[in-house]
Amino acid sequence: MQEKLAEIRKNAKEKIGSVIDLQGLNELKVKFLGKKGELTEILRSMGTISAEERPKFGSLVNEVRNEIEEAIKFAEENLKEKELEQKLEKEKIDITLPSTKIKRGSKHPLNRVIEEIEDLFVSMGYDVVSGPELETDEFCFERLNLPYGHPARDMQDSFYITDTLLLRTQTSAVQARVMLANEEKTPIRMICTGKTYRREDDATHSHQFNQVEGLVIDRKEKNVSLADLKGTLEVLVKKLLGENLQLRFRPSYFPFTEPSYEVDVTCFKCGGKGCPLCKKTGWIEVLGAGIVHPNVLKLNGYDPEKYSGFAFGTGLDRLAMFKYAIPDMRLLYTNDIRFLSQFDRKDEA
Amino acid sequence: MKLSLNFVKDYIDIDTDVKTLAEDMTRVGNEYDSAEKFINATELVIGEVKTCEMHPDSDHLHVCTVDIGDEILNIVCGAPNVRKGLKVIVAKAGATLPGDVKIKKGMIRGVESNGMLCSIQELGIEHKFLTDADKNGICELGEDAVVGEDPIKYLGFDDSVIDFELTANRGDLLSILGMAYEIGAIYDKTPKPIDTTYSESGEDINNNFKIEIKTENCKAFLAKKVLNVTIKESPKFIKNRLMASGIRPINNVVDISNYVMLETGQPLHFYDADKLENKIIVRMAEENEKLTTLDGIERTLDKNDIVIANEKEAIGLAGVMGGLDTEVENDTKNILIESAIFDSIKVRLTSKKILRSEASNRFEKGLDSNRTYMAIDRACNLLEKYADAKVVTGMAVYDKTEKEDKIIDITYNQINSVLGFNVPNEEILNVFRKLGFTYTLKGETISVKVPRRRIDISIKEDLIEEVGRIYGLDNIEGKLPVVDMKQGSFDKTTREIRNKMVTLGLNETLSYILINDKEVKKYTTDEFEELRLLDPITEDRNTLRYSIIPSLMKIYEYNKSHNQKDISIFEIGKGFFKKNGEYGENLKLCCLMTGNYYLGIDNKKKVDFYIIKGIAEEILNYLGYENRYSFVVKNTLPKEFHPYQTAEISVNNDIVGIIGKLHPSISKEDVYVFEINLDKLLDKKVSKMKYKEISKYPTISKDIAMVIDKNISSQEIAMAIKKAAGSLLLSTEVFDVYNGKGIDFNKKSIAFSLLFGAQDRTLTDEEINNIMNKIIENLEKKFNAELRK
Repeated sequence: MQEKLAEIRKNAKEKIGSVIDLQGLNELKVKFLGKKGELTEILRSMGTISAEERPKFGSLVNEVRNEIEEAIKFAEENLKEKELEQKLEKEKIDITLPSTKIKRGSKHPLNRVIEEIEDLFVSMGYDVVSGPELETDEFCFERLNLPYGHPARDMQDSFYITDTLLLRTQTSAVQARVMLANEEKTPIRMICTGKTYRREDDATHSHQFNQVEGLVIDRKEKNVSLADLKGTLEVLVKKLLGENLQLRFRPSYFPFTEPSYEVDVTCFKCGGKGCPLCKKTGWIEVLGAGIVHPNVLKLNGYDPEKYSGFAFGTGLDRLAMFKYAIPDMRLLYTNDIRFLSQFDRKDEA
Repeated sequence: MKLSLNFVKDYIDIDTDVKTLAEDMTRVGNEYDSAEKFINATELVIGEVKTCEMHPDSDHLHVCTVDIGDEILNIVCGAPNVRKGLKVIVAKAGATLPGDVKIKKGMIRGVESNGMLCSIQELGIEHKFLTDADKNGICELGEDAVVGEDPIKYLGFDDSVIDFELTANRGDLLSILGMAYEIGAIYDKTPKPIDTTYSESGEDINNNFKIEIKTENCKAFLAKKVLNVTIKESPKFIKNRLMASGIRPINNVVDISNYVMLETGQPLHFYDADKLENKIIVRMAEENEKLTTLDGIERTLDKNDIVIANEKEAIGLAGVMGGLDTEVENDTKNILIESAIFDSIKVRLTSKKILRSEASNRFEKGLDSNRTYMAIDRACNLLEKYADAKVVTGMAVYDKTEKEDKIIDITYNQINSVLGFNVPNEEILNVFRKLGFTYTLKGETISVKVPRRRIDISIKEDLIEEVGRIYGLDNIEGKLPVVDMKQGSFDKTTREIRNKMVTLGLNETLSYILINDKEVKKYTTDEFEELRLLDPITEDRNTLRYSIIPSLMKIYEYNKSHNQKDISIFEIGKGFFKKNGEYGENLKLCCLMTGNYYLGIDNKKKVDFYIIKGIAEEILNYLGYENRYSFVVKNTLPKEFHPYQTAEISVNNDIVGIIGKLHPSISKEDVYVFEINLDKLLDKKVSKMKYKEISKYPTISKDIAMVIDKNISSQEIAMAIKKAAGSLLLSTEVFDVYNGKGIDFNKKSIAFSLLFGAQDRTLTDEEINNIMNKIIENLEKKFNAELRK
């Protein structure tokens, strides 16, 4: 009997060890452990053994049963793992096939530049203010020290709707509105961005274009000076066009500021060596700026004896062209989908 | 303003080269367009034609031998006036001429040619300055031309020209003298005086000539008479300087008038004195008064034009153009010279209407009241010298101008606090000295005397600018203003709408607001007056848009014609109008979609009404208007929209926009648009975003399907369901619509999925069945709906 038990044990272990699938394993389970299985058979034939040997033999059979159960459990786990592996392998895909396309929209490059400038100035405590595009002569010109008949009005040939109503030629019109609306005459730190219109249309001028305009007014004792203006514009230019750029203030003339300056920046294409973009001068004109003219303060209710400040402005179309290397201004207004959809990602940090 | 270097060197001693001068002038605020030699040519030499034979193989070419001093060149020349013995301009092989022309040795129809004989035109002289002889042949040099020498020098063309783009305030720089002062300030040099001497004879002009000024728009009027002038060609230096300055030489008398204007900035007018009466009147024109100007055109004037007149009629348009009747002609003998100052605004308006000229430009910018005299004297000086004129004694004078220097008080501190850095006191005084301003000091205060020629300077700030300008601002150290802390602000909502539209996969456009008037009333039934430009550039853009849809349609058409079929675009911009007499503008969001829209999940879908409606809803929901809007079908729609696929967008029962498919008469392709008036929409307050408690109890879902009249909208059915169900119904969603086979043609089958739940308990079957019964009862009663079991 003992030999037989030993043989079952040996036989079971061998067979379990070499089984290849769960079904085979199940068959072995029945064959050895089932109700009609070999171990059950042996137990049934225990009657042939002497009474004193029975308990010993019984525990021996149990031992073998445990061993076989153990082996089956082990084999079962192995086989399950193998089967899962096979299943996963069958699910293998070609990960280099094209993805499901998720379309990104795009923001117009001019608005991208506007947003960038707005964010920059908001971070310095400026308010971004907007105003009407259909503006009165009063706010567009008169309150900015450009009375009727002033020769500088020539620089801004305008689209009039009536004798006194026109499409604003400059965002500066908003300056006057903000100054006038501020009844307590408290300090001002603002920029205005938006569309402006002039009666000209050629390869380098669009009758509709965009400007940004900045105004800082504070009490005289704060000494808002040209140096402050330069520092502020340095921040703007470096953020927009690149670090390491130098600024040059060139005296100029605007009716709303005195002194007035045109601000040149080192040519960012050639680094100042001279190239076609900068017409071999090494400089590119980017901004107009100056100290707010006392007449402008006066005309808008600020006492020039008590307040002073600076103002600056620039065309954004050119800046957008520089920033994104857009060669032709007309591309900005043609709205070709193939152009627009290029501006569909985050700007570099 | 074109500045001839030779010309200005009469008055200031400089030997700076043209580029350096131009750059130095730029630094003090005077930008330039170009700074070049007057003639940009190399390797030119004076030659003499020794032999001149017909080319054996041509009926117009000549084969010449030309002596250029150190050698004799064989040159083939096509000019008809080439002949033996002629002194000519020779461009040697290797020469460059304006327009990047390079002269090379070569064979011309088999004959060797080692250079070119040049015309004046080939030297780059502007076409308008050329005589017929200049245009038709090579330049014929005088007998005194020396073979082997520089022809440019011989012709007096050895000049350089800077073309300045002056700022509107610097009228003083529209003169050689003004330029001399400016250059003097840069290089610390004093301009030389101008020669205004001449001798006078005869009876005083005032004995038989009067001026009468009847308008305050004439501030000064001076007149002198000269007799017996000889009209002829001007001397070479006058002609050359006029050409370098961009003015065409005519004859000595006309040229002198222009020459003096260039020198002094004061425009002059010469009358044929024999065509005048003994009185000149300056007055405003009568309404519709007629005057034939120098150019032979009859002008109709109005009461804003200043005229020069005799007792009967106008004889000249002040500051703009003389009259034809009193013109100086080739047989003129006696001349009346006018030197006057007219109101700059009046001249500006008249010249804008009639002709912008060198003279009107100077009147507009303002004149130095001292130069009025200087100019008339200078003219007499030159006429005496170059036109054999006898100057009549005395001058007729009307003068109401100020002559004294302006005095402005300023302190060192005021200057430095504006500049933001410290210019030493002595440097500040140095700047004023260099500019030719005198001053007196009293403690910290500088009393600066500003000469009349600097019409642009009238207040302290102007002087500060002068200091910054001449001292230079290169040393300014930029810093940020020290100001009180304050939060910045911006219009976040517009930005968020833009971002949302972009994340929905649309491309943002930016279009022109000016459109054709035929487009402006389209896509809307709103009542408004369109806004037209008084003076449009083109009729295509003569009106301000009301709706953005016409702009987006243009963009759609452009892209379609460039084979772009999938277009999903939007724009945030303004629309303009006049309503009830008031002008206004509204910010609008407009969206246009056609072709395929990429849904992201594995495919693209052809755009239909429901896609664009989804975009519109997404924006409205995002802005916080969920459950507050509806799409209202209306009978009166703009005719550009599809009558059965269009709705108005209503928020809080107020129409804020339109959405729909465009009418096939507008577009054959399926194009969908929506436009929302953002000003109107965003005016409606949105509730605060707040956490709503999530129910701990399960929800129960029920479906309901019915066959119902085709024309009853799902929105109406949903409303009826909600009304019957009460607050326990959490959501209602359409999940199937069918009206094909098996359904009566005027009916449709529609199915909703309903979700029920409560915050405080699990709903019982009985409760839900009760509600469902109510819903069914209501639908049957209201719509005669036939519930499908």
